[in-house]
Amino acid sequence: MSKIKNTNVSNLHTPPFHIAKRDDIVWWKAWSIRAISIILALIICGVITVALTKLNPVSVYLTMIDGAVGTSRLVWNLFQNTAILLCVSIAVTPAFKMRFWNIGAEGQILIGGLATATCMIFIGDKLPTPMLIFIMLLSSILAGAVWGLVPAYLKTRFNSNETLFTLMMNYIAIQIVAYFTLEWSVPKGSGTPRTLEFGQLPMLFGQKYLINILIVAVLTIIMYIYLKYSKQGYEISVVGESENTARYIGINVKKVILRTMAISGAICGVAGFLLVAGTDHSLKSDTSAGRGFTAIMVSWLAKFNPVFMVLTSLLIVFLEKGASKISEVYRLNSSFSDIITGIIIFFIIGSEFFINYKIKFNKKEKEANV
Amino acid sequence: MEQNIALELRNITKTFGSVVANNNVSLKVRKGEILSILGENGSGKTTLMNMVSGIYYPDGGQMFIDGEEVVISSPKDAFDHKIGMIHQHFKLVDVFSAAQNIVLGLTDEKGFDMPKYIEKIKEITSQYGFELDPDKKIYEMSVSEKQTVEIIKVLFRGADILILDEPTAVLTPQETKKLFNVLRNMKEDGKAIIIITHKLHEVLSISDNVAVLRKGEYEGTVKTSETNESQLTEMMVGKKVSLNIDRDEPVNVADRLVVDKINCINREGVKVLDNVSFEARSGEILGIAGIAGSGQRELLESIAGLQHLDSGKIVYHDPNTGNEENLRDKTPIEIRNLGVRLAFVPEDRLGMGLVGNMDIVDNMMLRSYKKGKSVFLQRKKPKSLAEEIIDRLEVVTPSASTPVRRLSGGNVQKILVGREISSSPSVLMAAYPVRGLDINSSYTIYNLLNEQKKKGVAVIFVGEDLDVLIELCDRILVIGGGRVSGIVDARNTTKEEIGLLMTKSSDSFDDNKGGNENE
Repeated sequence: MSKIKNTNVSNLHTPPFHIAKRDDIVWWKAWSIRAISIILALIICGVITVALTKLNPVSVYLTMIDGAVGTSRLVWNLFQNTAILLCVSIAVTPAFKMRFWNIGAEGQILIGGLATATCMIFIGDKLPTPMLIFIMLLSSILAGAVWGLVPAYLKTRFNSNETLFTLMMNYIAIQIVAYFTLEWSVPKGSGTPRTLEFGQLPMLFGQKYLINILIVAVLTIIMYIYLKYSKQGYEISVVGESENTARYIGINVKKVILRTMAISGAICGVAGFLLVAGTDHSLKSDTSAGRGFTAIMVSWLAKFNPVFMVLTSLLIVFLEKGASKISEVYRLNSSFSDIITGIIIFFIIGSEFFINYKIKFNKKEKEANV
Repeated sequence: MEQNIALELRNITKTFGSVVANNNVSLKVRKGEILSILGENGSGKTTLMNMVSGIYYPDGGQMFIDGEEVVISSPKDAFDHKIGMIHQHFKLVDVFSAAQNIVLGLTDEKGFDMPKYIEKIKEITSQYGFELDPDKKIYEMSVSEKQTVEIIKVLFRGADILILDEPTAVLTPQETKKLFNVLRNMKEDGKAIIIITHKLHEVLSISDNVAVLRKGEYEGTVKTSETNESQLTEMMVGKKVSLNIDRDEPVNVADRLVVDKINCINREGVKVLDNVSFEARSGEILGIAGIAGSGQRELLESIAGLQHLDSGKIVYHDPNTGNEENLRDKTPIEIRNLGVRLAFVPEDRLGMGLVGNMDIVDNMMLRSYKKGKSVFLQRKKPKSLAEEIIDRLEVVTPSASTPVRRLSGGNVQKILVGREISSSPSVLMAAYPVRGLDINSSYTIYNLLNEQKKKGVAVIFVGEDLDVLIELCDRILVIGGGRVSGIVDARNTTKEEIGLLMTKSSDSFDDNKGGNENE
């Protein structure tokens, strides 16, 4: 076998570079590409900051960090927000792994929250707190599961498009919650949401949000094990990779779709429960605050690995908190922080391209041999 | 003499990651010459031609057209240099007519003049001896007609160098003959023609010269008139190979699977299986021949419990208990629960038989993961099965935890067949099990099928290479348009007889969605 000769590429109108697929990349190279992309993103953001606002980019970044983790209250806040986002990401992951485009997490969260709030309002003063919290949790799980099952059922029964149906279910949920928010507001009809006193999640070790964080941590581990080591998780992967293969080995595809969407919706319901009972102690139609959509990004960025999602959700929440701080401190409107967040996320996603492909530059050798 | 060279490649190199697809390949095609590029799957034939037609860009090397160096970095460049490639998978718009497809994308400054174009298309067809109705819609066409459209498309654009990628893979023997006549006419006209193929007898019957590639390396070019099958095989494989398939006389033949007048209408309302009846017997290999998409897939899938039937029976005779079970409209799980050990190697390996993104171990579990009461997966047994198959069938893989899609076609197939026969089946169905496999892997598969036959398994083998079917099988069922057009004794039949039976049913339908796309 002869060696690969480095043959000369002629100096005709040779394209300056071409793109070639990489083999497997070693982990440290992949991570250094990611690190470089973040550094590049920060540099570009810096340039844009100077160009648009004439501010010192370093101090802008410091403000960002300060806004995210500046005080211990902020740190807890960061963790609490990460936990909720992570919870929703964990919820949508099995659906996405099954290639079921569940973009209805927003609605599933709200319905879960609504179920929780209903319990807190109507039976809150009638039951002992542990019992009440248990019923709240159960009803939020049920409500979320039902909200997830409706589009799944329609998909299996009529082969309807799950993207449209999950999306439309969001609007239904938002309107229902908007109605009850008005109905329950004090004074009635004023729109000021009622503070829900009964059934608030307890503080642990004096920390208000610790219980949220612990619940989500447990869910994350369970989901990781479920997807990787359980038979049902295996079925989800097979259905997601190829429905034909699933049919071929006798997996009941419809059953898997229904079951997985029930799980996905149920965990979204839990997120709603945590938001209403553990964080806000109230219910508004924007309680979920777009997390149902952000979670999709978190899940994909982490390539459906629940453990990586801890990192990706932390990153997103960090950026969000930091960015809102700079708009506040420098009196910039929120578009500026959106620009910064957008650029950073763009670079992170873009770095995946350079992990999968490499760019080969065609050296122009001025050799004139034939 | 030398100025006659239409296309010359010098030291072309292309790598994908660490895989060297082409290493310093140099070859020449003259005007008025048919050159075959021969090589096993994965030897880099298609990659090389994709560089000539601008789909890939070479990492190194030079190309010359008519003696002048050129750089081809896009399909448009290739087209500007009058290079036209006819791909294995056609790229036509189904609802358009032949003529519309041919002129699609054409920019004519003088305005769009369809009658003039049709005139030109007719000129081309009569010049080279094509048979084509320019107004016929693509969806009404047979595979061979579609191929004709593709060829005329590149001729219409004035191509002087034609590259055909495995042009006969989808054709019957008769259609192949027609195509070869057309190619000879084009050669007379001074076109340079390159055919990518791995079928030896075709190489010998059509080409002037043969360039052989092996594992990305250029092995040399030989004159067709001065070579023979065994020399070419040796160049292609790198060692002497015996090209005979063993065939033992069947022993203990008994009906294992009796298919009785089954009918199947697909979702589009087309009758894909029409009164199909036959027996598959133990200790025998039953071949199924037919043009792609004649109902082979539906037939196997209905036996495997994946296809709903409208009428008929599929009766399984249990060799141990003597019981008879009707398998019609049962799910794969129900069939397994009846104790029917049915192994099925589907044609779509990575889209149905295996999951490409999963590793070998997880693919081993596909059939057996449900066993046991635990909610968790047991990866121990599948792991040892994977290792056993890798070892016994000589699968080339970095490890048992490599995703299957990274393996070459032959190794993927060994994994799939290995898993299917590991359940010691009593019926083994294999659809196109050697498609895309190199010679050595193909023979491994033939041997495995023969081994199963000797064990008393009823083997059903859907094939496309008639030579192989005739050599390997005991009986051959010919299917055309969803109907059984004949069952012949493989020991006393000819390719021509089978070819005629394949096209016998006149109202053959065309099912292009047969799953070839995922190959």
